Amino acid sequence: MNELKAREPVIFDLSQPGRNAAAQMVASVPGDAQIPQSLRRGSPPLLPQVSELQAVRHFTRLSQLNFSIDTHFYPLGSCTMKYNPKACNSLAMLPEFLGRHPLGPETHGQGFLACMYELQDMLKEVTGMQAVSLTPMAGAQGEFAGVAMIRAYHRAQGDLARNEIIVPEAAHGTNPATATMCGCKVREVPCDANGDVDIDALKAAVGPQTAGIMLTNPSTLGVFERKILQVRQIVQDAGGLLYYDGANLNAILGKVRPGDMGFDVIHMNLHKTFSTPHGGGGPGSGAVGVSKRLAPFMPIPVVYKEGGRYRWAAEADLPQSIGRLSGFMGNAGVNLRAYVYMRMLGREGMVRVAEFAALNANYLLARLRDAGYDPAYPERRASHEFIITLKRQNREYQITAMDVAKRLLDHGFHAPTTYFPLLVPECLLIEPTETEAKEDLDGFVEAMIDILREAEHDPEKLRTAPHTMPLRRLDDVRAARQLDLTWKPAA
Amino acid sequence: MAYIPHTDADIRAMLDVIGARSTEELFDEIPAHLKIKALEGVPAALSEMQITRLMNERACADGRALNFIGAGAYEHYIPAPVWAIATRGEFYSAYTPYQAEASQGTLQLIYEFQTMMAALTGMEVSNASMYDGASALAEASLMAVRAHRNSQSKRILVPRTLNPTYLKVARAIAGNQNIVFVEADFDRATGCMMPQSLQTHEGQDFAALVLQQPNFFGNLEDVRALTDWAHRQNMLVIAVVNPTSLALLEAPGRWGESGADIVCGEGQPLGVPLSSGGPYFGFMTTRMQLVRQMPGRVVGRTLDAEGRPGFTLTLQAREQHIRRTKATSNICTNQGLLVTAATIYMTLMGAEGLARVAAASLQRTQDLVTALTRIKGVRAAFNSPRFHEAVLQLDRPVAPVLAELAQRGVIGGLDISAQFPELGHALLVCATETKSQDDIDAYANLLRDVRGAA
Repeated sequence: MNELKAREPVIFDLSQPGRNAAAQMVASVPGDAQIPQSLRRGSPPLLPQVSELQAVRHFTRLSQLNFSIDTHFYPLGSCTMKYNPKACNSLAMLPEFLGRHPLGPETHGQGFLACMYELQDMLKEVTGMQAVSLTPMAGAQGEFAGVAMIRAYHRAQGDLARNEIIVPEAAHGTNPATATMCGCKVREVPCDANGDVDIDALKAAVGPQTAGIMLTNPSTLGVFERKILQVRQIVQDAGGLLYYDGANLNAILGKVRPGDMGFDVIHMNLHKTFSTPHGGGGPGSGAVGVSKRLAPFMPIPVVYKEGGRYRWAAEADLPQSIGRLSGFMGNAGVNLRAYVYMRMLGREGMVRVAEFAALNANYLLARLRDAGYDPAYPERRASHEFIITLKRQNREYQITAMDVAKRLLDHGFHAPTTYFPLLVPECLLIEPTETEAKEDLDGFVEAMIDILREAEHDPEKLRTAPHTMPLRRLDDVRAARQLDLTWKPAA
Repeated sequence: MAYIPHTDADIRAMLDVIGARSTEELFDEIPAHLKIKALEGVPAALSEMQITRLMNERACADGRALNFIGAGAYEHYIPAPVWAIATRGEFYSAYTPYQAEASQGTLQLIYEFQTMMAALTGMEVSNASMYDGASALAEASLMAVRAHRNSQSKRILVPRTLNPTYLKVARAIAGNQNIVFVEADFDRATGCMMPQSLQTHEGQDFAALVLQQPNFFGNLEDVRALTDWAHRQNMLVIAVVNPTSLALLEAPGRWGESGADIVCGEGQPLGVPLSSGGPYFGFMTTRMQLVRQMPGRVVGRTLDAEGRPGFTLTLQAREQHIRRTKATSNICTNQGLLVTAATIYMTLMGAEGLARVAAASLQRTQDLVTALTRIKGVRAAFNSPRFHEAVLQLDRPVAPVLAELAQRGVIGGLDISAQFPELGHALLVCATETKSQDDIDAYANLLRDVRGAA
């Protein structure tokens, strides 16, 4: 089962006035005398006062309260929780890379810039796009860059009326939120019973106001959008551009390329497909690939190669760029990790990613179906992930998808994504990734079989799960109503 | 194949269960003519040993020159425990703490981080972080426009003493929602905003005034007077601050009569390496009354089913996965790993350690300015008190001087002449606690040489 440790006090409760991590104290100098009294801080900030060992022990213990890929199977759908190779981290953390100032001269960054340039090239190759910018700092910022480029393109054409972005209703919440951030209106189109975009609804939605469509493929429903060429034709005929949300790129890597399908822009979640760490919720990196017509609008800076030397290309090179999205050049160290990963996979490994991600997903789907779970789209192949709906179990045993998710924790498995996408009732979105061995998938199936048996015979056990974690279920309503967002000293 | 564990027997057994003859059959829903056979443009695979050699060669080629650039990213010493713990797999390879019971480590750490950032900035609440300092200002600007109760204005007043890249980023991100940034000029002698220089903007309708402390030039603004001026003008105040400096400088929550309304900035100085510009993290803190307008994730303490305290993501009704088009932002992740590093860093330093780092950095920059301005043709541009950065003016173009210095192993600062033509041949320099007197002397001697040779 699980091996999580007991709860740990808040660091401030370990604090004692007068204590510190003495080895970390730099010599005291009177530098602050130069600050005018009127600008000086009145009283010191409330920060912990602990020894180095106390700090190390506290944060090590906190780490032991987490599930992670390194410790547990983590089939969180749409998040692609694959193994993060240790070498990707250690090589990105070579001291010269860590010590390089972002505004340092290009003469002292040729090694780093070579990695970035080659990463741009490899991402162009795997997506079939014409150019790549690595600067967006997360998937959502990549989306922002993509939609902003679409807007900038229409404006440059003098076509000011195109301010509407079409989003299938299954889309991730970031898609509509991004369109709003870009000052666009959102029009949602429904999906049909088999998970494909409703073509008639799409035809009715497009018009002279259409800026473009944001399409995730395979969609968040875990199935490949079979009518993709029809979708392309309809949107293109209406004068719109095509945005490929690359959240699920892992499902098609080495099989099919968005550029070949006629897309104008794609964002890639390097922290999914290219295995950079999720870090407890970031950093991500959301590189964008673009077609020829969108290349002048790419976010800056990007890396150019001229006469065997690498250099930054910025405002002077790309005067129509949508601009800068970060203080420097985005999450450089994350991009380095993705570079190392791609070089280790190479052309041989890159074409196997989708194949084995799909093998694991379809195997898990088949076994769970045999065990009595209902696929949301029984007629369809799984892509790299798939949806189970617990609608029937909910009716028969009054248990919910959340109950199953929580009970899985007791079995030592991180839960799949729950209640997303919103259109499938009581759903679990399950993504095993290609790096899991068959034995681990089998273990997960065994746990799911146990849980189904429990649903029949002892459903209360599910409703009150988890039972073996450091805590039982948390009161989210209380959390939102009685906001406690910072520690306060006892009165 | 790297990281794919399947044996031939596994593949056969799994295909049998699926009822497929080959893995290729699993892709039969993709139109056949769209499929590719190979990715010839990707180089052949390297073993871990081979890529290790290549990366070491490239890292060595970049070298480790003595660096005197700051300009938004600062070279501070990072205690060994910070990254030793942050890169533990349990932090490094976990994801967003959606399953709170199996993520208490990350959740409690974020709660501790929120407490520390609120304390440093003198505000009531903090989010779980933004992407970086520049994008945090863009989000703070959008928030100010949303949050202002008595103004529909979409205009933000921005001093020219703000980091110019921050303004570019704010325009690129917030400009799409028709937010307009209006620049206000600074005083040439002090390199600061003077309340009188803002008089031309009195009576105009702005949602907020941005105040960077210390400002881009390293100078200390009179934030008390400027904050009070902005509030009298019915503007909110967005503070952009360096977290290290807050160990010594007044917390934005106490600026003037009633304090700043939104505080943001670059968290990199708190234990995050320079690393060519990222990953860093932005921070954002505010008043409790504005918490529902704040973007980004927030962690709260609550109780479990047995009444024990625990931590969970909260106020999610502001976020994109619930509100979609009506969300406060499209932001989905935070910069969790960097928050982990920063929380460990702040814990190890404490208020005392952070104040010592700040004071030493301030002193080192003062020593650097003294050493360099002894050289003929080099003078300090401004006469204001400053933190750990300063603008120098040279008697000749800066770029060739910097190129010559770099060739000889010193990265001598940032040439800001093009961004601030009114300052002439202007060079922005920074020295932190990591620079010794020998380092400073080495720079000064080299600069004397370079000037002599020219």
